[in-house]
Amino acid sequence: MIEFRGVTKQFPDGTVAVRDVDIVIPPHKTTVFVGSSGSGKTTLLRMINRMVDPSGGQVLIDGTDVATVDPVRLRRGIGYVMQNSGLLPHRKVIDNVATVPMLRGTKKREAHAHALELLDTVGLDRSLADRYPSQLSGGQQQRVGVARGLAVDPNILLMDEPFGAVDPIVRAELQQELLRLQGELGKTVVFVTHDIDEAFLLGDQVVIMQQGGKISQAASPAEILAHPADAFVADFVGADRGKRALHLTEVDGRSIVVDADGRPAGVLTS
Amino acid sequence: MNLFVDALAWLTDPANWTGAGSIPQRIIEHLWISAVVLVIAAAIALPLGGVIGHTGRGREPAVMVSGGLRALPTLGVLTLFALWLGIGLQAPVIALVILAIPPLLAGAYAGFESVDRRTVDAARAVGMREVQIVGKVELPLSLPIVVGGIRSATLQIIATATLAAYVSDFGLGRFIFAGLKTRDYGEMLGGSLLVIILALVVDGGFALTQRLAVPAGVRAARTAENTELRSGPTRPRAVVGRPIIEGNQE
Repeated sequence: MIEFRGVTKQFPDGTVAVRDVDIVIPPHKTTVFVGSSGSGKTTLLRMINRMVDPSGGQVLIDGTDVATVDPVRLRRGIGYVMQNSGLLPHRKVIDNVATVPMLRGTKKREAHAHALELLDTVGLDRSLADRYPSQLSGGQQQRVGVARGLAVDPNILLMDEPFGAVDPIVRAELQQELLRLQGELGKTVVFVTHDIDEAFLLGDQVVIMQQGGKISQAASPAEILAHPADAFVADFVGADRGKRALHLTEVDGRSIVVDADGRPAGVLTS
Repeated sequence: MNLFVDALAWLTDPANWTGAGSIPQRIIEHLWISAVVLVIAAAIALPLGGVIGHTGRGREPAVMVSGGLRALPTLGVLTLFALWLGIGLQAPVIALVILAIPPLLAGAYAGFESVDRRTVDAARAVGMREVQIVGKVELPLSLPIVVGGIRSATLQIIATATLAAYVSDFGLGRFIFAGLKTRDYGEMLGGSLLVIILALVVDGGFALTQRLAVPAGVRAARTAENTELRSGPTRPRAVVGRPIIEGNQE
């Protein structure tokens, strides 16, 4: 369990990225921070592995204040997946995946064997192991990034807009892949995105952030759609418009669900 | 043309190739002082440039100091130190170290700065210590530019090391100064040609090293880009052979 207690981040130049945030991230579930740029969502994520230290309040992992843990040790125990994969361009795929275990002292042979298994896990062919990141497609690079994040079998997996830079088709594929993985592995996933559809698809808990680093609402997707906390949330999720404002029409005795633009979205079955 | 004939005659005279003060001995001396200077200057400038590039701090003073050092006339510095320290090799070594520091420093910090900050951030986020980030990420990725700095410094050292003979009996400069004194212009030009050839040969070696210093993954990226883009004149081969950027930033 990860807990933010009264967390604030003010940068030396006076900008407040996060203001007085209290939130509990339940274990073995996916929590998605969603908001536009400048809402402090990435800052919150990076506080979990101390890439950013809060200027006020505490971040606790299973009751331990992360400020009391050596940052390098902390980071080696937490998976991290970032946009643009963040792979080391001068190292082969297999070495990238094995990076963190080898930093923790695992023997090369063992780390490589495990890395190959991880390539299987994330749905990559083992023949890609000896390629360099630049020789892979964007989607493949992100999969390698996920494999690297899973390499130490961490309890927590942080994902900072991991699918932000790939095209929509690959993105949908990667999202499904993550759902499958999460179903198998049950990690505590903290995911950051600006895409509300992605948030609703992946999140057990969705945290909607607004400008200035404040939480507007933290709840399940259904709860948010049913009871948006305020006008900002209602507007952000588009509850009253577009493809979320659905109504029924009868066609030949069947109930067809139609969105606000009049496009059929599906059929209502019993 | 006469001078060149004289120089050629001097160069091919077997008498100049054996014994004390012969051409091979002078070449070895020249390379020796160049290597000593390079090692000293690199020991000072490369760690300093690495720290500046890694932390992003102290860049402006470094640019200022290296710009200032560059403006110093080496002959003047040499004379100054020679008057202070006397005849011998100390004065030329110090003067040449001062000459070599700016390109080395610039190569080191420009190289480290050229590494994508997102790559460095990712390395930190997965749990690399700062030393590991420097050694395993920044150094290998910046190597072509760092080697470029070493290359340019070496070229300047070899060319300028002729001045060592101004205050000591050392290096290929001997032929130039001796030729000048005795009005033996064949010897003088012959000595100059030897320095030029030496510089070109060493530079060629560095050109090769610099190409080899490009990490395989980065080279692969470039090949991929080239085949994809086929963009003719704007082919991205920026890093290899790129001259040291200095003074014109910001």
